[in-house]
Amino acid sequence: MIHFVLLISRQGKVRLTKWYSPYTQKERTKIIRELSGTILTRAPKLCNFVEWRGFKVVYKRYASLYFCMCVDQDDNELEILEIIHHFVEILDRYFGSVCELDLIFNFHKAYFVLDEILIAGELQESSKKTVARLIAAQDSLVEVAKEQESSISNIIAQATK
Amino acid sequence: MALSGMRGLSVFISDIRNCQNKEQERLRVDKELGNVRTRFKNEKGLTPYEKKKYVWKMLYIYMLGYDVDFGHMEAVSLLSAPKYPEKQVGYIVTSCLLNENHDFLRIAINAVRNDIIGRNETFQCLALTLAGNIGGREFAESLAPDVQKLLISSSCRPLVRKKAALCLLRLYRKNPDVVNVDGWSDRMAQLLDERDMGVLTSSMSLLVSLVSNNHEAYWSCVPKCVKILERLARNQDVPQEYTYYGIPSPWLQVKTMRALQYFPTVEDPNTRRSLFEVLQRILMGTDVVKNVNKNNASHAVLFEALALVMHLDAEKEMMSQCVALLGKFIAVREPNIRYLGLENMTRMLMVAEVQDIIKRHQAQIITSLKDPDISIRRRALDLLYGMCDVSNAKDIVEELLQYLTTADFAMREELSLKAAILAEKFAPDLSWYVDVILQLIDKAGDFVSDDIWFRVVHFVTNNEDLQPYAALKAREYLDKPAIHETMVKVSAYLLGEYSHLLARRPGCSPKEIFNIIHEKLPTVSISTIAILLSTYAKILMHTQPPDRDLQSQIWAVFSKYESCIDAEIQQRAVEYHALSMKGAALMDILAEMPKFPERQSPLIKKAEDSEADTAEQSAIKLRAQQQNSNALVVTDQRPTNGAQPAGQLGLVKVPILSNADQSAAEIVSHANGALTVVDPQPPSTPSPDLLGDLLGPLAIEGPTGAAPASVASGLEGGVDADALAIAPIEEQANAVQPIGDIAERFHALCLKDSGVLYEDPYIQIGLKAEWGGHRGRVVLFLGNKITSPLNSVQALILPPSHLKMELSLVPETIPPRAQVQCPLEVMNLQPSRDIAVLDFSYKFGTQLVNVKLRLPAVLNKFLQPISVSAEEFFPQWRSLSGPPLKLQEVVRGVRPMPLAEMANLFNSLNLIVCPGLDPNPNNLVASTTFYSESTRAMLCLIRTETDPADRTQLRMTVASGDPTLTYELKEFVKEQLVNIPVPSRPPLAMPSHIQPTSPPPSAISDPGALLAGLL
Repeated sequence: MIHFVLLISRQGKVRLTKWYSPYTQKERTKIIRELSGTILTRAPKLCNFVEWRGFKVVYKRYASLYFCMCVDQDDNELEILEIIHHFVEILDRYFGSVCELDLIFNFHKAYFVLDEILIAGELQESSKKTVARLIAAQDSLVEVAKEQESSISNIIAQATK
Repeated sequence: MALSGMRGLSVFISDIRNCQNKEQERLRVDKELGNVRTRFKNEKGLTPYEKKKYVWKMLYIYMLGYDVDFGHMEAVSLLSAPKYPEKQVGYIVTSCLLNENHDFLRIAINAVRNDIIGRNETFQCLALTLAGNIGGREFAESLAPDVQKLLISSSCRPLVRKKAALCLLRLYRKNPDVVNVDGWSDRMAQLLDERDMGVLTSSMSLLVSLVSNNHEAYWSCVPKCVKILERLARNQDVPQEYTYYGIPSPWLQVKTMRALQYFPTVEDPNTRRSLFEVLQRILMGTDVVKNVNKNNASHAVLFEALALVMHLDAEKEMMSQCVALLGKFIAVREPNIRYLGLENMTRMLMVAEVQDIIKRHQAQIITSLKDPDISIRRRALDLLYGMCDVSNAKDIVEELLQYLTTADFAMREELSLKAAILAEKFAPDLSWYVDVILQLIDKAGDFVSDDIWFRVVHFVTNNEDLQPYAALKAREYLDKPAIHETMVKVSAYLLGEYSHLLARRPGCSPKEIFNIIHEKLPTVSISTIAILLSTYAKILMHTQPPDRDLQSQIWAVFSKYESCIDAEIQQRAVEYHALSMKGAALMDILAEMPKFPERQSPLIKKAEDSEADTAEQSAIKLRAQQQNSNALVVTDQRPTNGAQPAGQLGLVKVPILSNADQSAAEIVSHANGALTVVDPQPPSTPSPDLLGDLLGPLAIEGPTGAAPASVASGLEGGVDADALAIAPIEEQANAVQPIGDIAERFHALCLKDSGVLYEDPYIQIGLKAEWGGHRGRVVLFLGNKITSPLNSVQALILPPSHLKMELSLVPETIPPRAQVQCPLEVMNLQPSRDIAVLDFSYKFGTQLVNVKLRLPAVLNKFLQPISVSAEEFFPQWRSLSGPPLKLQEVVRGVRPMPLAEMANLFNSLNLIVCPGLDPNPNNLVASTTFYSESTRAMLCLIRTETDPADRTQLRMTVASGDPTLTYELKEFVKEQLVNIPVPSRPPLAMPSHIQPTSPPPSAISDPGALLAGLL
């Protein structure tokens, strides 16, 4: 299973974290520190796997962002590597050519997307189309609620004029 | 789409981004946290929109790495918001901020359950996602039935059901009992008929988890899995959106093959045939393509197929096909494939038939050992290690040695350990083995642990043919300009034992040997000097007829070190000096080391034990093994100044110490006439490790071993009483008899905090202590009992390494009938049973009185009672599973006592017995908190299982969060159980090194007589 997902920028800034195994806040900070030290310093053109504390971290760099997933030692590394790519493709489709800035200002959307792809550290959906459809549905629910709200507050505002 | 849709949030994120440095960022974050906090406090004024915005800000701040210790409640409360936008935020933020052990989650269970059983599909999805991501045991127990219902419901849409499948998987992991196997196995098989690929993928993950635990109930899933695999491999009936770069869901393929690997075999011939057809197709039909993602995906499937083929015991032909593929992979440029090729080849080693085929790739694998990527180098090392046998050991080990000089530091220790093990396991001849280890020490001395060179000594000692060769090699290395200290140690040891075998060679006369070794002395540490001194003594012994010149040189060295500050060195110098004056008698005493008993290499054991191989852990293990001797004598074995952990001990250090202790005990018993024959074995009975091996024989071989030490202790009085760290100060003790039993007083003070530590006709030393956490304050009361002053009063604390002790100034003179108070500050740095000693002396008239007193700053003083309830105890007990955090031992030779008395003893040690926790009335469960600087406050749990039929033995289990603490506490309690002071105790059992009773003067003045008596 995937124990956690990290998105770290080249400068070591954390862009997203998701923990599927229980870690305390302290452990989380330590893991992030340790792994950014290990992964960000790796030269290009090496393999995408790092052995770490009896686990394996599968990572891949996209532009300025490192996507990392920590799995058990006997998990299938390439499968995980392609889950990362699957995630990136969906983000790309959703944001329209995604860049780091999108993930900074819309970090919450990245969480929505991730929750449609992984649950319990396992792959939930391998169809990009389905994920896109579900996210769009969620967005529209939020939109509808917003409109309702503003129309209600308009009504109230007019009523109290 | 650069804006979040929430202006406040975007502004905050921009602000953070504009911060020039970490300090500014912190200020901005603090400001925001303050703002959010006040807004949450007067919650009434918050619109749902604002609440949402603040909760997102909290998550953002949390993600940046700041502590967010409030607002969890607000996040959790959003879960039950009626509208989707708020609810969604509540769910996402809660599952990011909290982990499954967080208390707030309990509050959330109900809200989550309501959403799961509610009618709203989107709410169900949110709730299932949260439970699937952070649900713990309680979630499992209260939600599992509802989740199962959703998963198999025909009215639910796939988007809910796939989430339910993974949610159930999580709940099952947290508590396997929530899935009732009987009822569920049929359902599970049905789920595999699912048409929706999303649901099928999730269900397959669930199946993997279920069968990994217990495959028996799920045999009916096997043919279905094979069907799915066939369908995917042939790309039949797979919707376009579920193909990934043209490959039908590679993830589902991988998972299905993973599930099949949990079944011992596939028996049904038809199913088996279909399966092998599919596997064959995958093995043969996977080509390297240009597109990275397609390549990765197809190889993910391929590697899983390889694993399945290996698991299924395919025919040799197919296996060879696999090896051939892997051989291709380890030579490709693509690093991922190369890495996986090496990894899977290592797994393939388990298949005996293909090992020879794998060996053909040796050259290629060795190339990977020099790969720029450490991940790949690690795999290559592992594979080489695994495939090594007698036929290729020479080549492989030589490669490893060569690589050692350029290897990165992170790998050197592992590398040298592996090289040493291979050399030992597969050495075609022993001289090669010696060569390898010496090279290892030469090239990477820092990474060669003591066990490795001990092992060389072991082999050389046991093989006479090897001795001249080893000595010669050692001699050659000494010619090198700069050699590692470990090399000095091993060379000195070997030359001390065997250099006389080289005598006729040029450059190998005793004098030349001495000179070349002595050159190194100024550069080495104390523990090595100790070995060098032994070597000198041996050289002297082997030089027959004596070479006057050499003799005086060596004697000069000895006399120089007779005043060394290190007690061990000093003692050796004194003893060797005195011994070497004895002339021919030296021969008997310093005879060659006897052969070691054969047993499994501790190196191999070490490699097997320490998977994570942290140096610390193995050191603890080593130590544990070493001291694993008979519990009854453990206490007697403690050196007085027992500060050094055993791992640091020099080669011959322990035997001398323990022999000195022991021979002192012998002398004592001799003197008392209670026992004339003393079994010389106990203190150093063969311990199951190598250190024990090297050190053991001195003690085991009674006569040769015990002799030097007993002579030494006999000499002590005559030579220089003050210089000796270990033996009691007989002469003075003779003159001034202590009142009462010192050992008993010490034991009493171990259990209470005030009392008399020592008393004789002139002085009384009282003690009062206060302990709190890892600190303590002890006040010593020095009372002059007589009407004239006591002069030259000196109090010196000899603290063990784990205690920091500061004694305030002690006045030189104690006026008549006066009492002086000397406060002593104690700080406990780490868990240890070593004991601090007070070296106290004064002059009465012209007579010097010196006593060495153990101070009751013992382990139990740093314990504070804490009683735990069953709810607290059991989770802790379970979570500390197995060594090194939880240790168990059967203790024999326990002083028989009723259970109530044992409970009292535990309570008096601050180990609070918790009645009722253990259903068996013969068992005691106790808990306590240990304090030290390194461990802070740490909960310790102890369980003793007694046998009503045999009160002299019990089984004890000790658990704590720190391996050293667990070990020390276990030993400590054991000591208490087997070694409780009783007034009528025979003198032998008392800690001999402080025993004030002294041997009769005749024994001291005539070592020869003493020796004769002992032999």
